[in-house]
Amino acid sequence: MTPSERLKTGRPSVFHTSRRRFLATTAMGLVALSASGARARVLFGTGLPWDSGAIEPPRQVLPGPWIFFTAREAELVEAIAERLIPADDLSISGKDAGCAVFIDRQLSGHYGSSERLYMKGPFQPGLPTQGDQSGLTPAVRYRQGLKALDAHCRQTMGGKSFTDLSPEQKDQLLTAMEKDEVKFDGPVSAVSFFGQILQNTMEGFFADPVYGGNRDMVSWKMIGFPGTRYDYRDHVLKHNQNYTLPPVSIGGRSDWARKG
Amino acid sequence: MTRNRLAIAAAAALLVSAAVPAILAVPARADDQDFGLIERGRYVATAADCVACHSVPGGKPYAGGTALQTPFGTLVAPNITPDRETGIGNWTEEDLRSTLREGIGRGGKRLYPAMPYPAYTRMTDDDIHALWSYLRTLPPVSNAVEANQLPFPFNIRLLMAGWNLLNFEPSSFKPDPQKSGEWNRGAYLVQALGHCGTCHTPKSALGADDNDRALQGANLQAWYAPSITADKRQGIGNWSVDQLTAYLKTGANHQSLASGPMAEEIQNSSSKMTDADLKAIATYLLDQTPSAGKAPGPLAADDARMRTGGAVYTDTCMACHGGDGKGQTFLFPTLAGSGLVQADDPATLIRLVLDGSRAVATDDRPTGPAMPPLGWRLTDADVAAVVTYIRNSWSNAAPPVSAGDVAKVRKTLAQAN
Amino acid sequence: MARKLPRKDVVVIGLGWTGSIIANELCDEGLDVVALERGPWRDTATDFNIGYAPDELRYNVRQELMLRPAQETVTARNNADQTALPMRHFGSFHPGNGVGGAGVHWAGITWRFSPADFRLRSHYTERYGAQSIPEDMTIQDWGLTYEDMEPYYDRFEYLAGVSGKAGNLNGQMQEGGNPFEGARQREYPNPPMMQTYGPTLFAETAAKMGYKPFPIPSSLLSRTYTNPLGVTMGQCTFCGFCTNYGCANYSKASAQTTVLPVLMRKSNFELRTLCEVLKVNLDSSGKKATGVTYIDTSGNEYEQPADLVILCAFMLDNVRLMLLSGIGTPYDHRAGTGTLGRNFCYQMANQVVGFFDPAKYNFNNFIGGGATGMAIDEFNNDNFDHGPLGFLGGGSTRCAPIGAEPISRRPTPPGSPTWGSGWKKAVRDSYLSNLSVGCEASSYANRGNFLDLDPTYTDRLGRPLMRITFDFPENDLKMSDYVTRKVAEIVRAMGAQQIDENPRTGHWSVVPYQSTHVVGGTAMGMDPSTSVVNPYLQSWDVPNVFTVGANVFPQNSGYNPTGTVGALAFRAADAIRSRYLKSPGPLVHA
Repeated sequence: MTPSERLKTGRPSVFHTSRRRFLATTAMGLVALSASGARARVLFGTGLPWDSGAIEPPRQVLPGPWIFFTAREAELVEAIAERLIPADDLSISGKDAGCAVFIDRQLSGHYGSSERLYMKGPFQPGLPTQGDQSGLTPAVRYRQGLKALDAHCRQTMGGKSFTDLSPEQKDQLLTAMEKDEVKFDGPVSAVSFFGQILQNTMEGFFADPVYGGNRDMVSWKMIGFPGTRYDYRDHVLKHNQNYTLPPVSIGGRSDWARKG
Repeated sequence: MTRNRLAIAAAAALLVSAAVPAILAVPARADDQDFGLIERGRYVATAADCVACHSVPGGKPYAGGTALQTPFGTLVAPNITPDRETGIGNWTEEDLRSTLREGIGRGGKRLYPAMPYPAYTRMTDDDIHALWSYLRTLPPVSNAVEANQLPFPFNIRLLMAGWNLLNFEPSSFKPDPQKSGEWNRGAYLVQALGHCGTCHTPKSALGADDNDRALQGANLQAWYAPSITADKRQGIGNWSVDQLTAYLKTGANHQSLASGPMAEEIQNSSSKMTDADLKAIATYLLDQTPSAGKAPGPLAADDARMRTGGAVYTDTCMACHGGDGKGQTFLFPTLAGSGLVQADDPATLIRLVLDGSRAVATDDRPTGPAMPPLGWRLTDADVAAVVTYIRNSWSNAAPPVSAGDVAKVRKTLAQAN
Repeated sequence: MARKLPRKDVVVIGLGWTGSIIANELCDEGLDVVALERGPWRDTATDFNIGYAPDELRYNVRQELMLRPAQETVTARNNADQTALPMRHFGSFHPGNGVGGAGVHWAGITWRFSPADFRLRSHYTERYGAQSIPEDMTIQDWGLTYEDMEPYYDRFEYLAGVSGKAGNLNGQMQEGGNPFEGARQREYPNPPMMQTYGPTLFAETAAKMGYKPFPIPSSLLSRTYTNPLGVTMGQCTFCGFCTNYGCANYSKASAQTTVLPVLMRKSNFELRTLCEVLKVNLDSSGKKATGVTYIDTSGNEYEQPADLVILCAFMLDNVRLMLLSGIGTPYDHRAGTGTLGRNFCYQMANQVVGFFDPAKYNFNNFIGGGATGMAIDEFNNDNFDHGPLGFLGGGSTRCAPIGAEPISRRPTPPGSPTWGSGWKKAVRDSYLSNLSVGCEASSYANRGNFLDLDPTYTDRLGRPLMRITFDFPENDLKMSDYVTRKVAEIVRAMGAQQIDENPRTGHWSVVPYQSTHVVGGTAMGMDPSTSVVNPYLQSWDVPNVFTVGANVFPQNSGYNPTGTVGALAFRAADAIRSRYLKSPGPLVHA
C-alpha cells in the first residue's frame, strides 16, 4: 500500500460514527432544542463535550475514472498542466503529479459549484476592485473554457486541437491567453480561464497529496517544505541550517508501516 | 453524645422497620434532622461513587439507569431514590445492609457482583447507617428500571447463590495493627468504599476478583485499568504520596491526566473527598508492593518496529508529547516512565491512539485537554509500531504490540460506537 | 411566529473572544447567561485534529473555518457614487464563524495601543495644531485613557498567556522591550518566543541602524502556562499553521484554550450553537431592549427575553444588528448627521519582500507562527515627527515568519515567469531564501468611509447585507508609501539581492487578502453626537445593550486590534459587574 492509500484503507469503522452519536451518548447535558427536531445544540453546565466521532478528516482522492471531466476535457487539462508545470530536472510534470485528478475532484465538490459563496443576484458588472461578479461557477468556467479553447485551436491552428500542438505552440498559445491576446467565444474569457487553470493547477501541485495532486509530495520535496510536520522547536535556533527531515503528508510517508 | 444519639437513632430506625409489617407500611426513617449524619452519608455515597452507576448522564441523581456491560450481559443499576414504586422507598435499613454486606437485596433477591458488594461487604455499620440516612433524604424519583437484562441462564438470580458460594464470603474490614491509622483508613477506603479493585484487580473466569493480584491492573470495557500498586515499572511506584493525592483530587499530576472511566471516578468521587482521605489512600496504595515480575529488556532501537514507530511518533505525536516523551504538565501526559505506557496490556494505549479521549476537568484543573482521535490516519501496523515505540523508548520497556492487537481494539471500539 | 422562551438575565450574541470573556465574568456575578452562536461548536482535538489541522488547501485556500458568504456577506464600493456589489468570496478580510470566532484562526499578535491612540485628536492637535488634521479626517478621542485601559490589558494578557518583553515597567524603561509602549504594571506572563533566523537578522540589522528591536508580543506561548482561570496552555512548536488555522496543540490563545473549559462548567451558562440572531427586540419606547429573536437551523424562530443584551459577534455583525434593530441613529455622510456606521476604518497592510542569495541564506520560512518574530516601533503612530511629512499615523514594522504553506506563500522575484520551467526554478531558489518584512499600519477615519445597510442585496433570510463604503484616504496612502520605503531600507541593509516593495496603493479592492482588522462603525466616546457607545461600550440610546468588538474603535492604530478588543471586553464586564447591576441605566450621562 502506498502512503496515499493509507487513508482509505486505514480508516475503519472507528471514526465512521456520526456526529449524531453525540446526541445519543454524550454526558454533557445536551438536548435537542425543540420537539420539531431543531439541530441546533444546547450545552450547559457540564463541561466541554467530547465525541471522537466529530472529527472530519479528508478522504483520500485516488486516481480512477473522471468524475467531473469528460475524457476529452481531462485530456486538455492534463495537456495544459503538463505545460504549466513541465517535467524537468526539478520535478515530474503537473500532469504526472495528478493536477488534473485534483481539479476534477475539486470541481465535483463544493468548490466547483460555488455552494459556499454568495450566489444571489442581481448579477451586474462591477469595478475590478469589487471582485468577480460573473456568477459563473468554476465548474461552468471549465466546461465553457475548455470548449472555447478547443474551438479556438481548431479555428486558428489549421484544424488541430490543443493536444495536437507541439510543446512550443502550446506555450505560445498559453502565453497569449495569459496576456489577454486571445479571444474566446462564449462567456469565459481566455485570460480569466488561463488564470483559473493556473491557480487550480498550482493548488493541485502544492496541496496535500490527499487531494489527488502533488504525487509523493513531489512539489514539497522540490522546494523543501516539510508538509504537515507540527514541531520545529529543535530547529528554531539552528539559524541558516538546512532542515533535513523528509516531508509528511496527511496520509503519512514511506517510513511509516506498509501494511494495515 | 453524638455517638449516643446516632445509636438511638439507629435503634429507633431498626425498631420501626421491624414493626413495619404490623403497623403501617411506613418505611424506616433516620433522624432526618441529623445534619451531621446525613452529611456523612453523602460523603460515604461520594466515596463509594454510587452516582456513577445509579444515574444516567443528564438524569436525576440516583434514579438509576446506567447500563453496565458485563462479560455475561447487560445489567442496569436500579433506582435508589426513596420512591416507593420504582425506587427503594419501601426498603428498610436492614435491606440496604444485607445488600451491601451480603449481596442480598430486599426480599432475598440476589445481586450480581456488578454491584460491588464483594468490596462493600467490608463497609462499617456506621457508614452504612450514614449512607442510609442520606439516601432517605433524596427526592423520590419515579423511574422504573429493568435491572436484569442478562440472557438465560445468567438471568436466574438464584445462580448467584452458587457464585457467591464459590467466590464470595461476607466479611468485614480488618485493620492491620502494625500499620498507622492513616494507612488503615486508606486500606478501608480502597478495599471497601472506593472499591478500587472492581476495575484495577484482575478477574477470574467467573468475574471474581483475583485477590492474589489485587490492584495490579485489569481490562474492562476496552479500557485497561493499570496497576495502582507501587510497582515501579507498570504501577505508580515512582509517584510520591503527594503526587498521587494530587492526581485523585484534581485529575492531573506532574506526569499524568485521568481519562476514560477514571475521569468519571475523579469527577464524581475522589475530587470531592477530603485531602486527608486521599492522602490515606495514597499512603496505602504506595505501600502495596507486589513481587515485581521479570521486566523485559527494551527492544533495540534499530528494530524495524522501533524505526517505523519512531517515524510515526516524530510526525504525529511529538508536537504534544515531546521528542523526549516528557509531555507538558497538566496538558500532555508524560510517556517516559509511565506505568500505563509500560503495562503488559496495551489496550488503553491503543484505544487512546485510535479514538482519542478527553481528560477529566475538575475545579482545580479545569482544562480537560483531549487526545485527538488518530485511527483515521494510522493503520493498525502504524499504531502497533508507535505504541511499541513509546513502550520501549526513554528507558521504558514493555512487550511489543502487534497489528492484530490493534485490530482487536479497533473492532471493539467500532462495536461500542 | 417566534416561540417565546423563558427569560434569562443576559443574552450574549456570539461566542468568540469577547463573548466568552463577558459571559464568564457575568456568570461569576451569578447571572444566568445564554450565548447564541451562529456557527458550530469547535474544539481542539476534533476540529483542529493534529492529523489534518495543517491542511493549507482546506483552511487557508478554501477557508473552511471562515463565515461562508452563502450565509452572509457584505457589499462593497469605494465611494457613495458607486453601486455596491456583494463580496461573493471573502478576499480582503476573513470573518470568523463558530465557537471561538475569528479568535480560532487569528495570528496571535497581541499589542496594547499606545497612550496617544486613546486621545488621538487631542494628541495631534496639541503637537501639530488643529490644522494638521485634514478637514475630512474624522479621527477622535476614545473617551478614556491608556491608564484606564492598563488593568484590563493586563487581565487579557494574563488570560491569554502572552509571551513578550516589557519595554516600560511602571515608567522604568526596560532593555529589549518596546521603548515606545505605555507603562505596564508588570512583565508579560511569559518570556518572549525563540526567534528563527529571519527575525534575528532583521533585529541585528535594525539595531545597527539605530532602531530598537523587540520581540513581537505573542499569544502563541513560549512555554507551558496556566492562566488565572486555571486553564493550562501548551508551548508553541513553530508549526507555521496559525493564521487561518485552528491550533492543534493548545499553544495559541483562543476562547477554546483560555476561557471555555471554565465557562462550560458553569451551571448558570448555556450555549446554543447554530442559532443566528435576527434582531435585538426593543420595547415600545425604543429605549429598552427586551431580548433577541433568533432562528435555528430548522428555521424555527425563538424570542429570548433578557434584561441585558451584549453584542459580541464579529464587528461587522455587531454594527449590522444595531442597524437592523434600530438602535442608534444611522450615519448620513452627506449631512454629517447620525453616528451608527460612521468611522469605519481598516488597517493599512504594507509589505516588503527581500530575495536573498539562495547559496548563502536559508530562512526555513516554514518554521514560524503567526506571532513569532521581531518588531520595531520607530515608524508607528506618532513615534516620529510628522511635522514635515504631510500625513499622520504609521505602523508597526516586523519580521514575522507566519509559515510558508506553498500554495499561498512562495514569492518569486519581480519579473520571474509565472509558470513553466523558469517559474519552477525561481520558486525553488526563492522559497527558503526570501524574507518578508511587513508594516501593519494605522487607518484613520474619513467622512466618506462608513457602513450602512445595502438597498439591494440580502442574506439568505432576506435581511439587507451590510454595505461597506470605503477607500484609502490620501493621508493613509502617503503614510503607507513612507513607512514602506523605511522598511525597504532595512531589508536592503539585511543583504537582499532584490526587493519587492508593496505599499498599499490605489483604491481599496475586495480581491486580495489584506487584513481582517476591519474596525469602527459604532465608535465609542464621551460625546453622543460622535459616538454610538459610551466608554463602557454601552449604547447611548438603549442602555441595556452593550457591544464589544473592534466596532467600537473610533479609528485604527498601527497595531493589530485583538489585545485592545480583549481589554475592552474585560473593562465592559467590570463596569457591568461593579456599576450597572447596582443601578441599571446609563453609566455615563451625556
